[in-house]
Amino acid sequence: MEFYRSHVLVCHGTGCTSSDSPGIKKRLEEVIAQKGLEKEVKVVMTGCFGLCAMGPIVIVYPEGSFYSHVTVDDVDEIVEEHLLKGRIVKRLLYKEAVEEDETIKSLEKVEFYRKQKRVALRNCGVINPENIEEYIALDGYMALGKVLTEMQPIDVVNTIKEAGLRGRGGAGFPTGVKWSFAMGGEGQKYVLCNADEGDPGAFMDRSVLEGDPHVVLEAMAIAGYAIGASQGYIYVRAEYPIAVKRLGIALAQAREYGMLGKNIFGTGFDFDIELRLGSGAFVCGEETALIASIEGKRGEPRPRPPFPAVKGLFGRPTILNNVETYANIPQIIVKGPEWFASMGTEKSKGTKVFALGGKIENTGLVEIPMGTTLREIIYEIGGGIPGGKAFKAVQTGGPSGGCITAENLDTPIDYDNLVAIGSMMGSGGMIVMDEDNCMVDIARFFLDFTVDESCGKCPTCRIGTKRMIEMLDKICEGRGEEGDIERLEDLAKTIKSTSLCALGQTAPNPVLSTIRYFRDEYEAHIRDKKCPAGVCKKLLKVEIDKELCRGCSLCTKVCPVDAISGVLKSPFEIDQTKCIKCGACIEKCPFNAISKK
Amino acid sequence: MKTLQELEEIRKRTLETMNLRKESEGTRIVVGMATCGIAAGARPVLLKIMEEVEKRNLSGVTVAQTGCIGLCQLEPIVEVYKPGQEKVTYVKMTPEAAARVVAEHIVNDQVVLEQTVGRFQV
Repeated sequence: MEFYRSHVLVCHGTGCTSSDSPGIKKRLEEVIAQKGLEKEVKVVMTGCFGLCAMGPIVIVYPEGSFYSHVTVDDVDEIVEEHLLKGRIVKRLLYKEAVEEDETIKSLEKVEFYRKQKRVALRNCGVINPENIEEYIALDGYMALGKVLTEMQPIDVVNTIKEAGLRGRGGAGFPTGVKWSFAMGGEGQKYVLCNADEGDPGAFMDRSVLEGDPHVVLEAMAIAGYAIGASQGYIYVRAEYPIAVKRLGIALAQAREYGMLGKNIFGTGFDFDIELRLGSGAFVCGEETALIASIEGKRGEPRPRPPFPAVKGLFGRPTILNNVETYANIPQIIVKGPEWFASMGTEKSKGTKVFALGGKIENTGLVEIPMGTTLREIIYEIGGGIPGGKAFKAVQTGGPSGGCITAENLDTPIDYDNLVAIGSMMGSGGMIVMDEDNCMVDIARFFLDFTVDESCGKCPTCRIGTKRMIEMLDKICEGRGEEGDIERLEDLAKTIKSTSLCALGQTAPNPVLSTIRYFRDEYEAHIRDKKCPAGVCKKLLKVEIDKELCRGCSLCTKVCPVDAISGVLKSPFEIDQTKCIKCGACIEKCPFNAISKK
Repeated sequence: MKTLQELEEIRKRTLETMNLRKESEGTRIVVGMATCGIAAGARPVLLKIMEEVEKRNLSGVTVAQTGCIGLCQLEPIVEVYKPGQEKVTYVKMTPEAAARVVAEHIVNDQVVLEQTVGRFQV
């Protein structure tokens, strides 16, 4: 047994990596070697801890000290003080993890983690994702062993059905039922993993792939056994280079250990997996487009039926599940369907991972049991809205979803409740908006995304969304007319009902849901030519209050376009034809004499 | 290709090395490693403790360090926290004494009386 007295975990998720956690790890190893501690202290790279806002994150065990915002320059002090002398570097500790009497709270008791229940993310931030043995240590590949030696394929499918697992990619179709469609019959079948996570602001699949890649491989092998497939493909975005790299390492290790390949565990079952990289088309997250893309064709959806379970990849029966869905499978096998079904609500079992972003303190990744309320996620786990601003809405489901307002903050989150209040679960992006966000502008932002990403096959999606965004542009620029809202709604309904795939069918959702809850903001733009949140620049006027202005000239110095002029000690003026409404002067004015209207 | 049995062996072996990464309820051996402790020879003591723990394959034992507890003249100081028992403080430790502490106190629950702080304080 290699015995170390201390393990130093350094987060290597995308967030922390981009703020140089590999540099921190390298420096740690250098200084630890300099001090001769390399036989006592082990430095481990891990996946995402979830609290990305506090990154880069370093955790030192056995103390469990949670260091946040660590820089390469802090490393010497951590080694000298903590690892050599045993004195925790208090100034670097995550402040929520320190009690008032200066003792350290365990991580599970910190508000951010307290209400979370980590199932899909259980190994993220715990194991080294590039070391298969650490995955095995925490029961990895035990489920595959159990399935191959003790269970019949039909038992596997029934176990997943009983657990009540529903697809985590967004639509929420029961996974076990999907698998059962592909059972039976002879010949080649395929197991696919959808890792083409494209919603703006969503990154839970990336974190699973980066922090625990083996869980996806194990689950796909289990699915292969269940439906009788020997080949799998993971369709992963090329924009996730770290995930692609770690998947590659995991595949090689799994083959070396015999967890993939021929005759797994000596049971005669063969299964292998290949990677396919997506090239950045959002529509390839749609199952039939994804399949076409793997086949080397243009990534365009096709009508269903036939569903992929009947006629999928290369015309053969195929099942396709999302990364997070797979991440639940091995534990359902090991711990039993009752364990999984004991979490969540009546129709939505288990947990769901959400990527928290936007106007929120704790930007990051959270996993909560289904049935948790939005209020708990935003105010307790998420730490509330920065700067004491008022909550306005939260967008779930990305460009396919809708917004949820304050009146629904106490709705327990599950698939059906979110649909009932006009949004959807989606893949799990959760973008929080405060009083400074203009809802018309938000709708325009999401629609702009789908306009770009429409594959162009269906005219309603290709042309219809374009016409919608032109109308929104008009409204945001103060050229809106009476009847525009109704025209938007009318067109939205047509697009929804006549598009072939979910991209078009859901593209108008952000517009419809903002009209539903914030019709007054649309009306203010159209009738009063005003943007209540002060976002739409063409509707704004930055003005100096002549009563309050003392003529100090500070504003002229920050104005990037020289739009402000005047004589010292008398009121200044803004040239509206030059002003770009950047707001720099508003912040600079010591007398609060400048405002946006 | 691995068999299920080999998988189980890897699991057990690796899990022991990872036990450190969770809240532990087991025995803690804490070595005073401030300037005074290091100057008095705490590092060889710490290394000896780690070596003994490793040699004996003791699970549920964490070895940690701490700062100065104020009895600098009695360094190196080692404290042993066993669950449900009073803390025992050993002073003027040497690698040999450290090996005895692991063998007698940690493994066999016999406190090494002559190294305890009570024997040295008047």
